[in-house]
Amino acid sequence: MSAAAQPVPPATITIGRDATPLLRYVLRLGDTSLILGQRLGEWVGHAPAIEEDMALANLALDCVGQARLLLSYATEIDGRGFTEDDLAFRRDEGDIFNLLLAEQANGDFGRTIVRQFLLDSYFIELFGGLAHSKDARLAAIGAKSEKELRYHLRYSENWLTRLGDGTDESHARVQKSLDELWRFTAEFWVKDEVDTALVAQGIAPDATALEAPFRRRVAQCLSTATLRQPADAPIALSGRTGRHTEPFGRLLAEMQFMQRAYPGAQW
Amino acid sequence: MNQPQRDWPLWEVFVRARSGLEHKHVGSLHAADAAMAIDHARDVYTRRQEGVSLWVVRSADIVASDPGEADALFEPARDKVYRHPTFYTIPEEVKNL
Repeated sequence: MSAAAQPVPPATITIGRDATPLLRYVLRLGDTSLILGQRLGEWVGHAPAIEEDMALANLALDCVGQARLLLSYATEIDGRGFTEDDLAFRRDEGDIFNLLLAEQANGDFGRTIVRQFLLDSYFIELFGGLAHSKDARLAAIGAKSEKELRYHLRYSENWLTRLGDGTDESHARVQKSLDELWRFTAEFWVKDEVDTALVAQGIAPDATALEAPFRRRVAQCLSTATLRQPADAPIALSGRTGRHTEPFGRLLAEMQFMQRAYPGAQW
Repeated sequence: MNQPQRDWPLWEVFVRARSGLEHKHVGSLHAADAAMAIDHARDVYTRRQEGVSLWVVRSADIVASDPGEADALFEPARDKVYRHPTFYTIPEEVKNL
């Protein structure tokens, strides 16, 4: 590191309860992309075929790209002079606000596809809505991401059909993953004071308006894939308020290890 | 349900770099069917903006000349230098001849 390097920020950055709704909202979006990108990146070197290794890495890089745009916007709103890397690597579990579905473990390839398909089906509506945000930055990020999402969805939808309508074993495996992961989609539609404030200002799309197109798409794809849609169930935890599921700690430990062990280290 | 095939068949990939240019062979990959081959070609061969269009064809569908017949097929062209268009000047504007 050069002598002129920036002063090292605090080892742990917290997001106060007094953070503005806009900051909290942008962090929720950025953290979901970041954590999903991290999960997808875990596949590199382990996918069932080299072509799928590349495909999953491409998805991961799109997610990390979205996270960079969103977290760098968050640093500007935050105003304390942190970088996007500081936000990614120096916050603890309770100050990270991703959707719980994004942090669920990869499991087998089919489980990763189910997780991806459910998130893609939600993101395509969310980013499409954000493209019309009154916040110019979010509108630009939404428009850019929506194009990436169209490919992600094509990829996850195709694989869901292949596995669901494939062999007895592949069908049984993706159905099981769907049964396990479906409950996390309930978090997509939960609204709190952050959402209410930003919807009122025309900055965030109303989750209620995204739900019907999401459900239409999912019902159609599951039917093509010969899969059964599980029953809806309420969800008690909320990643969007920093309360996570059990696998999250290990993910965070791996993702943040370098910056925690060697604060301020650079390539 | 059919017994799954153990290995995906091989496909050859062709990329068109820009509109107006021809598709060029860039390599091969494995995929279960044509739709998957296009997706894999996109993910493997166009990550750095290499192209605007893709073709894939099953490698098994390519008919190749017999290397044993190379003498008969290609030798006779060796002494026909007059077939090379080196006696013309190519206009400046023609970039991709």
